[in-house]
Amino acid sequence: MTIKHILKLGILLLIFSCASTKISKIEGKRLEIDDTLKPNLAIENFIKPYREHVNKNMDSVISYAKETYTKTDGDYNTAIGNLMADAVYTESNLVFNKRTGKDIDFVLLNHGGIRSIISKGNITIRTAYEIMPFENSVIVTAIKGKQVNEMMTYLSKSKRAHPVSNQLQLVLDKNGAISSATVHGEPIDESKTYYVATNDYLYNGGDGMVFFKPNENTYVLNYKIRDVLIDNFKKKDTLNPKRDQRFIQLKD
Amino acid sequence: MKRRQFIQKSTAATALASIGGLSLQSFSPSKTKKITILHTNDVHSHIDPFGPDDGRNANKGGVARRATLVDSIRQDNPNTLLLDAGDIFQGTPYFNYYGGELEFKLMSMLKYDLATIGNHDFDNGIDGLYAQIPHAKFDFVSANYDFSNTVMDTHVKPYKIFIKDGIKIGVFGLGIKLDGLVDKNMYKETVYHHPIEIAQDMSRILKEEQGCDLVICLSHIGYYYKNAPDKVSDITLARATKDIDLIIGGHTHTFLPKPTIEKNSIGKNVLVNQVGAYGLYLGKIDFYFEPGKKVSSEGASIIV
Repeated sequence: MTIKHILKLGILLLIFSCASTKISKIEGKRLEIDDTLKPNLAIENFIKPYREHVNKNMDSVISYAKETYTKTDGDYNTAIGNLMADAVYTESNLVFNKRTGKDIDFVLLNHGGIRSIISKGNITIRTAYEIMPFENSVIVTAIKGKQVNEMMTYLSKSKRAHPVSNQLQLVLDKNGAISSATVHGEPIDESKTYYVATNDYLYNGGDGMVFFKPNENTYVLNYKIRDVLIDNFKKKDTLNPKRDQRFIQLKD
Repeated sequence: MKRRQFIQKSTAATALASIGGLSLQSFSPSKTKKITILHTNDVHSHIDPFGPDDGRNANKGGVARRATLVDSIRQDNPNTLLLDAGDIFQGTPYFNYYGGELEFKLMSMLKYDLATIGNHDFDNGIDGLYAQIPHAKFDFVSANYDFSNTVMDTHVKPYKIFIKDGIKIGVFGLGIKLDGLVDKNMYKETVYHHPIEIAQDMSRILKEEQGCDLVICLSHIGYYYKNAPDKVSDITLARATKDIDLIIGGHTHTFLPKPTIEKNSIGKNVLVNQVGAYGLYLGKIDFYFEPGKKVSSEGASIIV
């Protein structure tokens, strides 16, 4: 640096001495976290007991499946869907009844909400995480029979095995129109209030299920579907769900 | 040595956004100060790396590896801040089993400086979040959530000011609208205020009243909603405010290969960045400061 430069600098500093510190340059970059980075040992060792505990717990056996069950093993109802809907009925009704003194009439879930198969053999907590990795939870809603009928129309048109619990029976004729729809063996009464349990995704209109709103009342149970499954599976030595007659289409 | 490679690499493969002001580099090199901002968002309890069989992110991520990277950057430049833009919770069984305890403990071990609150951080309710606060050795900021009538009152400040190497850095937080996204039973009496007005206030307070040299917004409002362009987002926020230098975002899991440069309400550059999700990446923004340097309205040179 020459004297001339230093002098020039002095003048500049004088001129700008009242100015605050300013940004002159910015460099932005995204750095990838991959296996070229060696894990920090202290962090790794800190995680280890947590990981072991989680894995041990996840792999703990809570039931046994007699067969392998998939959501494609039936047209309008499947063993795995029936298992889930009936589990939601049983476990949620315990909570709902205790809180309100009322009973749930039936359960509707969605076919897409079955995220994995159940494989023959041991059922672990991990199985429940695989079937239901999302955090969706149970909502019971009080809707009129008129809306239940809209639901039946939706089910008849969707042509998918959306899981329903066994209190509901929906029979379609060979053309796919509703032949009969009953709850507890009774025809649906348009003016009656029904307590229907579903998940929060469907309650909020997911999969085009717009018949839960408006409603007379909504009960948020704070009970995750996954926890429902875990609680339900724990009560059973063996899971042996069956495809049945709850939602069917007549052949002729 | 690594840093040199990094600079060479980045200069070779980057675009020069704008060059403003006078070049004084030749005669005041010793006075240049460098502040490094590191950031993550939407890590969602991804503590372990993805397994080798993962369809999308095989062998990527992992907190222990992130720690190694952060350490090496801090060794290179001790004037570094490590920030998180929310949704720390929910996504792996670690959260289901420990409720966020491990996430906060690990972030503390990595010496995170500050975080904001995402919608999923309410997943165990505001009480669940409050219960984990003792495990966090870093602070939380949110300027548009009013927690006064909740258990989180006093535990979340609108902003925090850091001084690194004499450089004053103001960081404020912004959260997303909770109604319709999070169950009311979870967020309880948390009150949401519209982010734009709050951000205008915050940037004025930090820049004019507090005299910060660097103003950062730590946001969980989402990068941009192309199907709802009027919905408030980091991009609309950048355009509607002034005096914010950097917006670090989250929520939309947007994997930006490099920071976006937006023009603010008075035509100055603002950087907007977000590094996707799950701890797959670490964002790194270096700010170089020169005392008394006159900068034209075009602002500093930005190399991304």
